[in-house]
Amino acid sequence: MVTMLDQIFVLLKHWLVSFLPLGLQTPVSVLISVVAIIGTFPALFALTTVLERKGLGRIQNRIGPNRTGPFGILQPIADGIKSLTKEDIVPLSADAVVHFMAPLVLVVAVFMGFAVLPMGRNMELVDMDAGLLFFFAIGASTELSVFMAGWSSRNKYSLLGAMRAVAQMISYEVPLLMSSVAVVMITGSLSLVKIVAAQNQYTWGLPHWYIFTPWGCAGFVMFAVAATAETNRSPFDLPEGESELVAGYFTEYSGFKFALFFLGEYLGMFSISGLGATLFLGGWSAPLQALQFVPSWIWFFSKVMLSIVVLIWIRGTLPRLRQDQLMNFAWKFVLPMTLLNLVDVGLWRFLGEGWIRWVVCSVLMLGAYVLMARAGMRQEHFGPRRYRYADS
Amino acid sequence: MSVVFYLLAGVTVLGGLTAVLLKNTVHCALALTVAFAGLALLFLELDAQFAGFAQILVYIGAVAILVVFAILLTRGSETPKDGVFSRTWMAGLVVAAAVFAGLGWAVIQSAQFLPHETGAPPVVTVEQIGNALMGRYVLPLEIVALLLTAALVGAVIVAMHEKGDIK
Repeated sequence: MVTMLDQIFVLLKHWLVSFLPLGLQTPVSVLISVVAIIGTFPALFALTTVLERKGLGRIQNRIGPNRTGPFGILQPIADGIKSLTKEDIVPLSADAVVHFMAPLVLVVAVFMGFAVLPMGRNMELVDMDAGLLFFFAIGASTELSVFMAGWSSRNKYSLLGAMRAVAQMISYEVPLLMSSVAVVMITGSLSLVKIVAAQNQYTWGLPHWYIFTPWGCAGFVMFAVAATAETNRSPFDLPEGESELVAGYFTEYSGFKFALFFLGEYLGMFSISGLGATLFLGGWSAPLQALQFVPSWIWFFSKVMLSIVVLIWIRGTLPRLRQDQLMNFAWKFVLPMTLLNLVDVGLWRFLGEGWIRWVVCSVLMLGAYVLMARAGMRQEHFGPRRYRYADS
Repeated sequence: MSVVFYLLAGVTVLGGLTAVLLKNTVHCALALTVAFAGLALLFLELDAQFAGFAQILVYIGAVAILVVFAILLTRGSETPKDGVFSRTWMAGLVVAAAVFAGLGWAVIQSAQFLPHETGAPPVVTVEQIGNALMGRYVLPLEIVALLLTAALVGAVIVAMHEKGDIK
């Protein structure tokens, strides 16, 4: 019974496919998985928009949407109809082809990232040998769509937003990759399925998740910071800083194309949260051995939604960073720390079992953090801000 | 040579051609990206996962972005009035054709020195590539790393503020 619930979607797919002739079974099986991904995550997106608006409302001492349906949960349907019926305005001077292609490229690229995420036991579309590399390769191509959107709009706010977004995404992609490399070094595989399998073991009823090791904890924090920046979420939402740039690179998009950008952004959040859960939080494995009877896909989606809730919480709490702070933070703090984390992982791997590696690895990361933070603070000149051109 | 190969080859060549022939520089850069993507897919079609994904990560994720940044920061994307072709395009064509012919000749000639393989080629995992890079080919890897570091340091020095500059 427990196994059946755990594998219910896999069994359902096999049952559906079994009605077909043998030659059609593989393509249809793949098609069903793809449709499931394309159906599930936009549904989650709809749910998240309500959650975000309600949550932010509560943080800001408002009520949030409460008119459509009970507690406003039908709000996404109203939003969807609104964006579908709105006029699609394309600026006269815009580059029509590139302007049209940009949201499509973004959504397609973001959807492809889900192909390698194991969303439950035996629930992955493809188990690639180089799954992690595939994920980052696809993630890198979203930057181009952001640039396409900003450049083709022929609007200085759009272009500025796009330049900011691309610069930020490139800067934070390096720490994102570097913090994931730590996990690859321990697991010895780029396949996300194998990474989850390596974490799905228990000692004294507690899981072997990488976040419960010194290097994994540090790596997870840096991964989370880089992932937040990579998805342009607050406090790293300079590319669409509405007080400066109207809406950044999608200022000139309206109607359903705007909704596609919105969808792409949220799907990017889901996929990067899923990756973070897979790499550091044990993917679909249960947090306690005693809880293994709960289906694996419930664990995966709870971890993803928990990350989303934290992201919303952070958005409601922290103010936006300045451009130079953003870049300094990426290159002068997070990147050296991720490099040090790689050394830490090497030590952890070769010091052997026992308490020594816990002490050595923890002290190394904590000490480096304290020293670098101290040094950074000493260099920082607090006081009135000096402007380069606006002063005197 | 399957249908997929011809499709991908068509996309790649078309991307390359449009990159040369289009007037707007940013359009050219985007068309070049299509050619990069076609090349990556060709690698994937040959079951070279690592090379294919690395191609996407490096060329689409970094090189294409670098190209568009360079275009936007230097010249602007306006189309030049006197056409995009330089006056010496014939000579350029001859040089390109000569390089292509030389490379093609070398590739075709080298085929006879390779052992004749029958059956499906072995599937190479990322692990094997990693072992090869860290074992047999570690010296070339280190040389490339040194070269890249030197380039990086040079770029930083070029971009650095002069002393006394207002930050």
